[in-house]
Amino acid sequence: MASRDDIKFLSNPTIGSQRKKYCRFKKFGIKYIDYKDSEFLLQFINEQGKLLPRRITGNSLKYQKLVAVAVKRSRHLGILPYVADLLK
Amino acid sequence: MNQYEVNFIIDPVLSGDEIKSTAGIYETLLKDQGCTIVHVNEMGLRQLAYPINKKSSGVYYCIEFTSLTGAVIGKMELSLRRDERIMRFLTVKLDKYGVKYNEDRRSGKITSYKKKEAKKKPYEGVAPAVKEEIIAPVPVPEVIAAVPTPEVISPIVVAEEE
Repeated sequence: MASRDDIKFLSNPTIGSQRKKYCRFKKFGIKYIDYKDSEFLLQFINEQGKLLPRRITGNSLKYQKLVAVAVKRSRHLGILPYVADLLK
Repeated sequence: MNQYEVNFIIDPVLSGDEIKSTAGIYETLLKDQGCTIVHVNEMGLRQLAYPINKKSSGVYYCIEFTSLTGAVIGKMELSLRRDERIMRFLTVKLDKYGVKYNEDRRSGKITSYKKKEAKKKPYEGVAPAVKEEIIAPVPVPEVIAAVPTPEVISPIVVAEEE
């Protein structure tokens, strides 16, 4: 019997597999999202200043909602733009 | 007993003393209404992300305070609205995590987020080549370059065989 180590693949089997997404707030125990921290919030918006969807950021529903609120607050205070071009 | 946080942006056209006195007005207003002020954060002159009242910058202030009832907030917001020197304001009620976050922030446990570009690189692309360059210069002078190279080469050879 060929053991698992003896089997050789023609191509690297790990190439196609994607890394599992996770909610960073749950994983690292972040409970509060600061709406004054623009650098942090930039991770959750795209170049045009729009909120990124959950399917890309991997946030759980609870924290995606909190992120959305934080982004909206910082937009009101002029920390993040409502509309932008080439933000990053 | 709830903890609140009020942010406001003051017109940058005013002189330094006027800016401080306007912020002082709201501090005293809150104190007179029986609130205890936890912290006043002067964030200073900052660039706005978009022009407000045809101005591209503003002086940010953030006052944290505790109040037994929320009745003060209505009065405070009314006077903020009437004040021509205030460009924008936002009042937020802090939950227990928010209170803790602000305390930690003040004591220096939490610092504002910074991008880690140097760390991200190895994850993204064809990593090993980059790693060699980083690792090699560190132990340089005493150990001869011949020692690290076989270690570095071997993983690549294995990868090709697979």
